[in-house]
Parts: sequence; structure tokens; C-alpha cells
Amino acid sequence: MKASSLLTQDPRTKKRNSAEKRFRGLGLTAIVIALAMLVWLLISIVTAGSPAFRQAFLTFPVLVDQTIVDKAGTRDPALLSAVTTLGYGKLLANSLRAEIAAKGIDLGDLKPKEIAQMISEESAATLRDLVLADPSLIGTTIPFTALASGRIDGFYKGRVTMETAALDKNTSPAQLILADRLLDADILSVKFNTGFVTMPDASDKRPEAAGLGIAVVGSFMMMLVVLLLSLPIGVAASIYLEEFAPKNRWTDLIEVNIANLAAVPSIVYGILGLAIFINFAGLPQSAPIVGGMVLTLMTLPRIIIPTRAALKAVPPSIRDAALGVGASKLQTVFHHVLPLAMPGILTGMIIGLAQALGESAPLLLIGMVAFVRDFPGGLFDPATALPVQVYSWTTRGDPGFVERASGAIIVLLIFLVVMNATAIYLRRKFERRW
Amino acid sequence: MKDMNMETRVLIQPNKIEARNVQVYYGDNHAIKDVDVDILDKTVTAFIGPSGCGKSTFLRCLNRMNDTIASCRVEGLIKIEGEDINDPRVDPVQLRAKVGMVFQKPNPFPKSIYDNVAYGPKIHGLTKNKAELDEVVESCLRRAALWGEVKDRLSAPGTSLSGGQQQRLCIARAIATSPEVLLMDEPCSALDPIATAQVEELIDDLRSQFSVVIVTHSMQQAARVSQRTAFFHLGYVVEYGETSQIFTNPKDPRTESYITGRIG
Ligand SMILES: Nc1ncnc2c1ncn2[C@@H]1O[C@H](COP(=O)(O)OP(=O)(O)OP(=O)(O)O)[C@@H](O)[C@H]1O
Ligand SMILES: [Mg+2]
Repeated sequence: MKASSLLTQDPRTKKRNSAEKRFRGLGLTAIVIALAMLVWLLISIVTAGSPAFRQAFLTFPVLVDQTIVDKAGTRDPALLSAVTTLGYGKLLANSLRAEIAAKGIDLGDLKPKEIAQMISEESAATLRDLVLADPSLIGTTIPFTALASGRIDGFYKGRVTMETAALDKNTSPAQLILADRLLDADILSVKFNTGFVTMPDASDKRPEAAGLGIAVVGSFMMMLVVLLLSLPIGVAASIYLEEFAPKNRWTDLIEVNIANLAAVPSIVYGILGLAIFINFAGLPQSAPIVGGMVLTLMTLPRIIIPTRAALKAVPPSIRDAALGVGASKLQTVFHHVLPLAMPGILTGMIIGLAQALGESAPLLLIGMVAFVRDFPGGLFDPATALPVQVYSWTTRGDPGFVERASGAIIVLLIFLVVMNATAIYLRRKFERRW
Repeated sequence: MKDMNMETRVLIQPNKIEARNVQVYYGDNHAIKDVDVDILDKTVTAFIGPSGCGKSTFLRCLNRMNDTIASCRVEGLIKIEGEDINDPRVDPVQLRAKVGMVFQKPNPFPKSIYDNVAYGPKIHGLTKNKAELDEVVESCLRRAALWGEVKDRLSAPGTSLSGGQQQRLCIARAIATSPEVLLMDEPCSALDPIATAQVEELIDDLRSQFSVVIVTHSMQQAARVSQRTAFFHLGYVVEYGETSQIFTNPKDPRTESYITGRIG
């Protein structure tokens, strides 16, 4: 009789195997829960935000009526610019009514004023700029695409219904019925809205015209500042600390403090930036240069830590090999250690940048939440940032802005995905070299 | 294998390296104690002794590789051609160009085979152009008995070679800078008998230009390639002298029991 057979499991093996099975089950459950959350998050953001990328437009010929925009008929720039957007709004409304009449569309019992209400106030401003830039347009008829008002736009995105319109002083069911007729007549169309990522922010009453343009430019400028400052400073500091600094109490202290700085809440860096860059150094508020420097302060420790870890992970035998053939310390680091640490450094760098991109708290403190209408010409001009734009849109009353805020989150996520993809690509590229 | 012990020639060689009263500490661990050793020029010196007795540690003192270990402290006098290598004016980088090293564990750079060998000549500016560099790379790989195996894949990574090939690549890399002293820490521990024979031939060949110090666990190898042998035991150099004398007529009982296989 054999003491044990390989064909039957002894109790210890059985116990071990069931422990392993339990652990696997737990791991799988955790992953499934995490994935489900992620999918839920993505679905809710995409459903809430994707309408921001579509927009209702009204396309019709506009007669730039001289009797409204240039009563004197002198084309005198001073007189021309005295005509406000109200006058141009009238132009648009008249032309739209004329187009409706020409196409023989039934107006119902809508008054002229109510028809004018269907056009975004923003479009009057756009038309005004167009005419002031080229006065020869006066007296001619030009093709023009105007934004539909936020309520009409909302009707095609499910935000506005006949019931809510009946209670809303900014629109009426009759307007919505007319909008549907305009849609059939190809005057109204719902199209992809490039303006959402190119136009500046708009005032509280005009969600249909609000865009991310300045926030995108501002965020891009700040990322540039962060990259240009924190990559060289962070990598140089890490190399010095890891390869050159003597290992003593002072470097230990520095190491502990860097770890602490990485854990400091980001808003603290905003207070620091306000005190140093704006109050002390006198740099302008809301400027991407200040935002970039504040984010650099925040990002530096978060870059130094993974960079040092990447340097530490390079086997000491490689350093010995280089020193052994008579390379100097600097040559050893730059010819051998740094290339091997590069994938890790890049990953840390991009994660740091991604965190900086998504940061809003410190930027609020240095005034980047201001309402900015003009595109910044440089790093010292006022701008906003993507996450701050999300924040400020969610604080506004009109439901049109909530949709825009979700759309802005999608843009932010696309930026992050692109950055992470770059990190993965660079990682692969550097790893393949060996 | 031909007999390489040529005592008559050894006797007339001047001292290349003189070590006097060398002490090495790793923190509180006293790893090398009172070591006096003279390494002769154009001679192969073997260090033998049981594992952990300090052979590598002493070898690393000779090109100041111990500087890189924070806890390591070296005391005593080590002179190369009469110059104290621990003098504050000495740049260890210059020293290491003069005293090359092959490490116990093969450690090729994660670069191409070609770049591994070419790196030293490049940073020291030993060659004037690409053709000259190619020549150096080829001759070093030939002398390290590796050329035949790698000549068709010089751009393959050095780390893709087998362990023994990697060690020969490290030997080629070390001789490419034409050092005056070559320190070899168990260069043949990962090699088959054929490659070992080739490396031993190389060592004998190198002797005409350099002095070679080799750490080995193989008594036969020490007897075959070296003219002088030092026996290390627990951090002390128990006995140091002509290889033939150490192996045929050891003075210290500990040496005798080690070479006859009773301690180690
Ligand atoms: N980096 C180090 N840090 C601390 N102690 C060390 C270090 N390297 C070696 N030692 C210690 O120094 C002593 C001598 O080690 P060494 O590596 O010189 O031995 P060895 O003679 O080369 O042995 P082997 O034949 O196994 O290679 C050992 O006691 C070892 O523990
Ligand atoms: Mg050793």
C-alpha cells in the first residue's frame, strides 16, 4: 500500500488550491467592478457631453440694409461703429422673416419679436464684426449662417420640450413648431460644431455660443511652460540627488521633503503662486506663464520621485562597467544610466503633465477663472484653462452650460488619452532600442 | 597547454604595483587586513582563496572601484609605478583607463556588440576615424576569442549573447582601451573548456604588454597561467610567491590544505 498517490490531492494541497482560487476570484471581482465603474463613467460623460459637439444653425441670405447700419450713407467708420448689435439683430431678424416668407412657410401666430428671439444674440455680433471689417458689404445680400438660440438648440438635443417651452419666457411651443418647419425647409440644420473647440467663452445668456478656444490655448501654453521648466529641472535634480549627492543627513532630509511636497494639496501651490509670482514678482493675473509656473512647482516633486526610482532601477553593474573602462561619472550617467532610465522618466513625466493638465484649484487662486473673450497673444495675456472652464460652466444657471461642461470634460479626456498614448509610444520606442 | 612559468624572466621585472598595509572596511566589517602585495610588470599574478576571503575586494582597490561603494573605506598605501593612487590629486577616471577590469559577473552594456567594444576607445579618443575603430573592435574581439561567433551580428545587443560570450565581450571591451594593468575577476567561471583555453592563451599573450591580475577558483588555471600567486584567507594574504613554489612547496599549512582541497 502506497503512503500517498499522486492521483489524489492531499488535504494540504487542497487547502492551498482553494486559497488560490479564492484569491483569483477576489482579484477578478475587483477588476470587474473597476471596469464597470469606468464604463459607467464614460457612458455618462459621453451621453451628457456629446450634444455639445452638435449645434443648430440657421442658414439664410442676409440683406445688409443700409437704412439700418449706415443711415447717412457715408461709410464713415465712426458712424458705422456707432451702430450696436441691436441694429444688426434687427438685420438678421428681418432677413430671416423675408426668407421664411419667400419659402412660403407658415408662421403661425408668431410675432416678429419672437422670430428674432430664435436667433442667437451672438450672431448679431458676428455679423457686425463682418460688416465693420468690410464696409463694401453694406447694401448687398450675403449668405450667412447664424447660431440658433440656446432654446432652439436645446430642443434638438432633448433639453427643451414643448412642455418646458410653454413655461419658459425665452421661448414658446410656437417657436419650436416653426423651428421644425425651418428644419424641413433646410433653413435650420443641426451640424457638427467646430466652434465649441475654437470659439471663446460667451456670457451667461448665450450658452449656444460658448466655446473652449481660449481654454484649449491656455492649457496648451501652460503645458508648454510646465514641460520646458519641469523636465530639465526635475531630471537634473533627480540625477544630482541619485548619482552625485553624498548620502548623508541633508540628502535624507531633502528626500523626505520631496516626498512630502508631492503630497501637498494642490491648492497650497496656488496660494504660494499668488504670493510669489503675482504679489511679490508682480506678474499679471490670469496669465498662462503664472499658471504654468505654479503647475511646475506642483509637478516637480511628482516628476522627481519617479525619475529617481527609474535611475535607481538601473543595475549598478552597468555603472561599474562604464566606470571600469574609464568613463567619468557624467559620461556614465549620460551614456548608460539615463538611456536605460528613459522609459521610466518619460512615463513619470507624462503622468505629472497629465495631473497638471487636470488641475483647477491652484489656477482658481491666481485668477485663471476670469471671463476672457480675447485670445491670448502670448504667455503674459489673460487666458483660462480646460478644467477651470469646466468648473466655471457648471456654476452657471442655463442648462446649456451643463451640456458644454460635459463636452469640455470629453475634450480634456481626449487630451489625456493622447498624452498617455504618447507616453506608451515613447516607452516602447526607447525600450526597443536595446 | 604549454608551461608558462618562466621564473627567470619574472625575477627581472620591476614592480608595477606596490600595496603596503592595505585595510578595507565595509562599514564595521574588516574585509582586507594588513595586505602587502607587489604586482610585477609583464607578469600574470593569480589571487586564489576560498569564497568571501576578499579577493574581489582587494582587486577593486587597485583601480579604486571601491570608491563607488558608500560603505567601503580603504586604508594603506597602493602605488602604481611609484605613484600613490589614493593621492587626492589622482583622478580615478584616469587611473581606470590605465588599470582595466573584467568583472566577476558579465556586465555588457545594453548596446550593440560593436558599441560595447568601441565605447572605451571612443571616450578616450584612441582612434582617429571609423576605419581605425573598426580595426580595434575586430582585433579585440579576435583576441577575446569571440570574433568568429559575432562577426555577422555586430549590431545585435551585447545582452543577447550567452553568459560565456558576454564575459568574452567584457574582456574585449577591457582590452580595447589598452590598459597597462588588467584586473580579471574570475573571467572564466562561465566559460567552457575551449573558451577557457582561448582566454588563457589571451592572458598569456597580454603578458607581453601588460601585467595581468586574475582571480580564479581553479587551481589548475592558476598554475597554468600565472607566474606569481597570492593566497587569500579571511582577509589576510597568507602566502605570496612564485606560482611553482606555492603549488609545489607551500610554506604555510593553510595554503597547503587549500590547494590540496581540504579547506575552502
Ligand atoms: N559591497 C559590499 N558591501 C558590504 N560587504 C561586502 C561587499 N562586497 C563584499 N563584501 C564583504 O567583503 C568580504 C569579501 O568579499 P569579496 O567579494 O571580496 O570576496 P571574494 O574573495 O571575491 O569571494 P568570491 O570568491 O566568492 O567572489 C565578504 O565578507 C563580503 O561579505
Ligand atoms: Mg569575488
